[in-house]
Amino acid sequence: MQLGRVIGNVVCTMKDARLIGQKLMVVQPIDKHGRGKGRSIVALDSVGAGVGETIYWCRGKEASFPFLPDEVPTEATIVGIVDEINLPVADRK
Amino acid sequence: MLIGKVVGDVVATQKTPSHVGRKILIVQPLQLDGSDRGEAVLALDSVDAGVGDRVLLVTEGFSAMTAVGRPNSPIDMAVIGIIDTVDLPEGAR
Repeated sequence: MQLGRVIGNVVCTMKDARLIGQKLMVVQPIDKHGRGKGRSIVALDSVGAGVGETIYWCRGKEASFPFLPDEVPTEATIVGIVDEINLPVADRK
Repeated sequence: MLIGKVVGDVVATQKTPSHVGRKILIVQPLQLDGSDRGEAVLALDSVDAGVGDRVLLVTEGFSAMTAVGRPNSPIDMAVIGIIDTVDLPEGAR
């Protein structure tokens, strides 16, 4: 899984029928210090995340498992909302 | 599998049900010489690893889910061992 921040969402009217009712969010991957790292992606949401929240997300086939038994075509899904990132003092920079 | 170092952990109250009860570790993948290999990732813990431990990290869904004992759940990385030593012939680093 990777850390990220929700920075927006995507609306699609025409889409795969199995995506109906799913939230599509724009996620900026971040490093452990909360700084943006790399290019943003679009991910489905399985936990009710909102814009501005720090989250963690899962990629690959596993990304569709929160929606079982529905087989939702997604390769990235938000699977948790991060309350706190704990780093030992020496590593906080 | 990769060699990594546990550098912290993440607290998430709202998350996918199959992650409940497992530590979410921040793991920095390492090169053989001990330097960083890319960005830190989040992995579920299956061996009670803690900050500072050098660990064995799987980065693919099936092995991660199997190690954590939660099939069909959105887990793409897991810590599956705490490394005692890595033996390499001279010059391999």
